[in-house]
Amino acid sequence: MAEKTISLLGVNHKTTPLAIREKMALTTGYEEPLRALGKIPACHELYLLSTCNRVEVLYVSEHGADPLEAVAQFLFGGTISVEEREQYLYRYHDTDAVKHLFEVAASLDSMVVGESQILGQIKEAYRYATEVGTTGPILNRLLHKAFSVAKRVRSETGIGSSAVSISYAAVQLAKKIFGELNEKQVLLIGAGEMAELAAEHLVGQGVGGVVVANRTLSRAVDLAKRFNGTSCVLEEVLSQLEAVDIIISSTGSSELLIRSEDVKPLMRARKNRPLFFIDIAVPRDLDPELNKIDDVFLYDIDDLSQVVEMNKAEREKEAVKAKRIVEEESLKFARWQQNLTITPTITAMRRKAEDICQQELEKTLSRLSVDEQDRQKIEKMAQAIAAKLLHDPMVYLKTESCKNNDDAKVDMIRSIYGLGNEDSGGN
Amino acid sequence: MVKEISFLLFQILLVVTCCGFAAYLISFISPKKGLKNVARTLLFVSWILQTLYIVSRYYLAGYTPITTHHEAVFFFAWSMTTAYLSFRWRHTVKNFGMFVSGLVLVLLLVAAFSPREIIPLEPALQSGWLPIHAGFSLLAYAFLGLAFCGGLMYLLQERELKSKRLGYFFSRLPSLEALDQLMTYCLALGFSFLCLGMITGIIWSKQAWGTYWRWQPKEVMTLIIWFVYLIQVHQRFTVGWRGRRAAMMALVGFGIVIVTLWRVVA
Repeated sequence: MAEKTISLLGVNHKTTPLAIREKMALTTGYEEPLRALGKIPACHELYLLSTCNRVEVLYVSEHGADPLEAVAQFLFGGTISVEEREQYLYRYHDTDAVKHLFEVAASLDSMVVGESQILGQIKEAYRYATEVGTTGPILNRLLHKAFSVAKRVRSETGIGSSAVSISYAAVQLAKKIFGELNEKQVLLIGAGEMAELAAEHLVGQGVGGVVVANRTLSRAVDLAKRFNGTSCVLEEVLSQLEAVDIIISSTGSSELLIRSEDVKPLMRARKNRPLFFIDIAVPRDLDPELNKIDDVFLYDIDDLSQVVEMNKAEREKEAVKAKRIVEEESLKFARWQQNLTITPTITAMRRKAEDICQQELEKTLSRLSVDEQDRQKIEKMAQAIAAKLLHDPMVYLKTESCKNNDDAKVDMIRSIYGLGNEDSGGN
Repeated sequence: MVKEISFLLFQILLVVTCCGFAAYLISFISPKKGLKNVARTLLFVSWILQTLYIVSRYYLAGYTPITTHHEAVFFFAWSMTTAYLSFRWRHTVKNFGMFVSGLVLVLLLVAAFSPREIIPLEPALQSGWLPIHAGFSLLAYAFLGLAFCGGLMYLLQERELKSKRLGYFFSRLPSLEALDQLMTYCLALGFSFLCLGMITGIIWSKQAWGTYWRWQPKEVMTLIIWFVYLIQVHQRFTVGWRGRRAAMMALVGFGIVIVTLWRVVA
């Protein structure tokens, strides 16, 4: 019987510009392309992932009959030339393909390493593939393994805890100052893009409310509507400081908007509840002296970048750990796949039967007083029973049925006889 | 027989507490989930052993063992463990256990190095008020000790946030808000027990010496402690003193508590 090869080919944000990815993004949903790909004769099992950052096809084929051309042809349609296609497309086989899938699932290959969205996307893609019926025993196991690898990476490394961006850093700091953010008020001064992004992140963390202050009130009103907040003019900012907790400032003003002397007297009225100033304007809007007031924390754009750099360094350390986990798990999977052929399965069945015979014989014979001759007879009988019981399953395994089903057959026999791989505990 | 058991109990609980602290410390340095549970269990076992030790001493002495230096410091450690476990039951504050178990261990070590023989108590002092007074006072100090740990953690975390060098402690310590709440809670409870300790002490003094207040060094120090914490409680609950200043005060207050215990008790 021919061996099976797992192959993965695809494009992602690293290899391929957006303009090309756009052309291939599968706008019709998963079902149609899955059906079309399923018609390629050499593909036994198949799964397709399409997100805004990547398009990948994972398939299982007979060794030597690689349907790579056909799959690639389908992915790109006729939009670009073959030479150009070769430049963008990456392909992996067997252990490399498994490793790549695990890395993607564990978010090691993402644009923002450690983000958790990708796992959900893979799960969805897999659900479609099972519904259409393009997956088989190998891919079922592989995908489930990928989910558990992602889970392991998440729980054993800190990779998810330090996503990197200015706005993430702002949220991270706010959480260390305020603990829970759900009753905190955010004041947005100026309506720059970066301030908006930071505010969005904070709202995503469930802050209590947003106030937008801007030179032109109409813009403030628009933005406030987006965050379900209120708006005010720039002159009112100081009076707002009594009520808000987090201030994000990003005006184009050339002079300082809030001075240390303005805030100091306010702290008494605030009952010393902490204030967190985030200054993303260049030149700065906020007095650097603010940071010297007790319970007031001021971070400007440079400080935040420094935090981001720190997170990056931390993340790289964690990525090394994560890579090791991926490596380990892909080796385990390779071992499982090797066993998924007929010969090792038959050997394992025989060994198991022999072990059981041996155990039971020892148990029984030690309690009986029989002479050597009888003893041999009993042993023979036990072996004969075992062999006869195994005969039919073995015949079943060896029949030349539809070749595609070999893996399924082997997998079934292995699970019926409890010949699961000893090393991986999971399913 | 009981004497040997009591001695053995003390040695074992010292070892258990030591292991507990070590487990907390390791899980502080390289966070792993399982180890923290081990540490918590060890501290709980240590608490049970501590309780048994106190019972054994009660049995030996015939009165609440809270009068010698060894006993007072040990009882202090026991109330600190009790206070922490009761606090932990309601709130979790990240890595708080490491600091508290460290402090408990230090107290136990101090107790280990002070003479352990049982000194018979003057009949005049033997009164039902003694265990109540000493119990309340030491429980008060225990909660103030927790506030001290919280204050220490607050200052460490605040320094990293202010200096903008987010290093070792940033990820390992909880948020400032959580620490401030911890301090508020422990201060309120600690101060309440302190007041109860003062009142019962005054009653006991009347009973033992016939006068409510004798201006003994111990009494003067206690009065100072009471004032220091009175100011803190007042400022916190009216003006809204909190954060760095409050954390500093928690440290200073507990410093005076330790000096008092060191110099005057026993």
